[in-house]
Amino acid sequence: MRAFVRATLEDSGFADVTEAANGFEALRLLPRERYDLVVTDINMPDIHGLELLSFMRKSDVHATTPVIIVSTENAQRDRERGMALGANAYLTKPFDPEALRETARRVVEARRAEESGAGPGRVDK
Amino acid sequence: MAGADDESGVREEFLSEAQEIVETLSRDLLLLEQSQKEGRNDPDLLNDIFRAVHTLKGLAGMFGLSSLQTLAHTLENLLDDLRLGRVDLTQEALDILFDGIERIQRILASGDEQSPLDISDLEKSIDRVAEAVPGERDVLRDFSLGENVLGVLTEYEEHRLRQNVTQGTPIYRLRVSFGLSLIDTALEELKARARPLAELITFLPSMGAADEDVIDLEVLLASAVDQEMLREALCTGEALLEPITRKDQPPRQVERPRPAAPRGEAAAPKAEATPAARPAVPPPGASRAEEGDAVEPSVVEASSLPNARTPNTNVALDRVGADALSLRSVANTVRVNIQKLDHLMNVVGELAIVRSAVAQITERLRSHPELRYLSTELHRIARGFERNLTELQDGILDVRMVPLGQVFDKLARVVRQTARDARKEIRLEVKGSETEVDKLIVEELSDPLMHLIRNAIDHGIESPERRKELGKPVQGLLGLTAYQKGNHVVIDVSDDGAGMDPQRLRRKAIERGMVADDEAHEMSREDLLNLVFMPGFTTSETITDLSGRGVGMDVVKTNISKLGGVIDIHSEVGKGTIVTITLPITLAIISALVIRVAGQLYAIPLANVQEALLLDSRAIRTVEGREVMTLRGGTLPLCRIRELFRMGEHVDTGRGSRQFVVVSQLGTRRIGLVVDLLLGQQDIVIKALGKSLRSVRGFIGATDLGDQAVTLVLDTPQILEEVLASNDRRGLEASP
Repeated sequence: MRAFVRATLEDSGFADVTEAANGFEALRLLPRERYDLVVTDINMPDIHGLELLSFMRKSDVHATTPVIIVSTENAQRDRERGMALGANAYLTKPFDPEALRETARRVVEARRAEESGAGPGRVDK
Repeated sequence: MAGADDESGVREEFLSEAQEIVETLSRDLLLLEQSQKEGRNDPDLLNDIFRAVHTLKGLAGMFGLSSLQTLAHTLENLLDDLRLGRVDLTQEALDILFDGIERIQRILASGDEQSPLDISDLEKSIDRVAEAVPGERDVLRDFSLGENVLGVLTEYEEHRLRQNVTQGTPIYRLRVSFGLSLIDTALEELKARARPLAELITFLPSMGAADEDVIDLEVLLASAVDQEMLREALCTGEALLEPITRKDQPPRQVERPRPAAPRGEAAAPKAEATPAARPAVPPPGASRAEEGDAVEPSVVEASSLPNARTPNTNVALDRVGADALSLRSVANTVRVNIQKLDHLMNVVGELAIVRSAVAQITERLRSHPELRYLSTELHRIARGFERNLTELQDGILDVRMVPLGQVFDKLARVVRQTARDARKEIRLEVKGSETEVDKLIVEELSDPLMHLIRNAIDHGIESPERRKELGKPVQGLLGLTAYQKGNHVVIDVSDDGAGMDPQRLRRKAIERGMVADDEAHEMSREDLLNLVFMPGFTTSETITDLSGRGVGMDVVKTNISKLGGVIDIHSEVGKGTIVTITLPITLAIISALVIRVAGQLYAIPLANVQEALLLDSRAIRTVEGREVMTLRGGTLPLCRIRELFRMGEHVDTGRGSRQFVVVSQLGTRRIGLVVDLLLGQQDIVIKALGKSLRSVRGFIGATDLGDQAVTLVLDTPQILEEVLASNDRRGLEASP
């Protein structure tokens, strides 16, 4: 999954994609960098996607970083919660590369419209 | 060509990974069933099972195996409903899960993952189970949990929280801070400490208030144990534990260890935290501070005291270090195809041959005085070579070793299924699953063990009604016990069932014309029990679906012998049966004793050799037309290899008439093999005999001792069987 997301994002022009294997790794990486985009699964052991999202929104650095959450079809409640917590978009597994590419482009452009400045892209799970 | 190879490699990788998941799944399902029977619910385990099936589905999807994917998806949906409490975990639900895993197993075993699969019956059962959906009243809003917490819970976490609240388990909030770099190990450690006492529901991370390299976690947990005990277990360092109260009740003061508390008050926290207590009733007279006011300052206080934190952090680090180590060893595992190891072992075998050849050349050089210095030098080099070779060999052998638990886990599933089919209640007791054996042996063990287990349940253990009549516990006991004994591994399959009646076995054997009447009456109790290993022997009047599948105990015995093992039976009428399998630890490379008979060299696996001694002709007697010798007061049957192989009277020159006895023990039986000369010990790699020679009995294979000549390796277990089985037969006939 991560490899697929990475490949798709790299195809879409994100030059610097960082992977985190789980919620912990993401927590470790997030405070140190600004990112153009975060893609995270909701269902992860220990630190899950919603927690990660809430963590980001509480921090100064990532209060407005675009986040795409990924979940399975039957996790509708979790998805709604994610959107309420401030996710910018969601994708339902399985999704095709085009859907990710399109969504990524949309949320990143929306963000750029608000402010400017480029940084590395990022993948999480 | 390379593409096809790649594909099969990838497929194999998939299969072994899927197999691994299925094995873990079966084990976890059995545990889940156990906990359900005991009335406990184990949400973590259920969640693990859900995840494993989810992974399997993903794996199947990745390899385009749609039938497997559909099956996993169906099971995943049921598991999702179960873990979220939408469906109750009933026996029926468990049966569906077991059935599903069984089907996955079958698909993997058949190697046909592509054929369309009909799972409509499974889906129907799931629909039936899923019909009753319990409604949950929203009790969470009664609690002083802000939207900032509730809004971040996943559906599953919310369900767990609600479940605990409904059951009256007190809920706590634990605030901890971890350094960024150590958060995963630190949390693992926290989880390990909490596991026996509490259920951790969620970890809500936020950036450290004081330090940006620190992450604060707000952990919600449910626990029925005494609050002080919980605090003691969880609050290392600056961690802070507080109960979460209902809104209609005044929040309690943030509790800290209260060494100075008046005696009369000390009992209060204990009483309020008894398992059945309603959530968090504050002790009378507790301060009514506002929750927020009470909590925040103490957090700030803790984080702003880096010095106070240091010693505690160090203690935690030590423990974390140990945990990290164990985690790492798991992550460092590599899956290797056994054939690659076989290949390496063969290379080692070839090197061993080189070593022997070098040793022989050294010996030859030594007899030339002018070349003696070369001999000495070569000898020194050969010794170093030998040391490294031994190390290499041990290393590869070690890699091949796997715990017997691998096969025991599969068998647990067989026990469950067989017991259900036979309508018997069985308790399986497994011991020594950590005992290690060569991977190849483990593979070959499942079938024989499966058969023994089915036999024990089907024919050994009585029906629950019958057991009640007999005054035995209704639940039959089936034991799988493994342990190492020298170079061997012993596996006992025991039951506390009806046992075997030697007299009945005797009657059956005569009825079936397997032994002559008079012969049968001379047989010892042990001989009679061993009758079950004869082809076509069965005592059960009705052949059931369970064990009567045309695979008899003779096949079990043959399979065990092929592994160089032996099988023994002990049984007592009314008390039960123990079948003991004794196996060599590895098949790959063995130490052997090289002997000479009538000018021919043979190798005897050292594992089968107990001792070797000079034959003292005065100690030989003849009992019932058969040669025996007295060895330390006991009687040892003798077998002259020369006569066994009908080799004629070849005179071994130079050594006079001295002969040797190699004492071989297998299980409880012993035999003395009479040979002309002992040439010493050597490590050998056994190669199978070619197809045309495979039917020749008495040899397990051939080897090269380094002299470029083929040396046959004696199959001592088989020779022992043949010789001890027939009183009058002399010599081995080659079977067709």
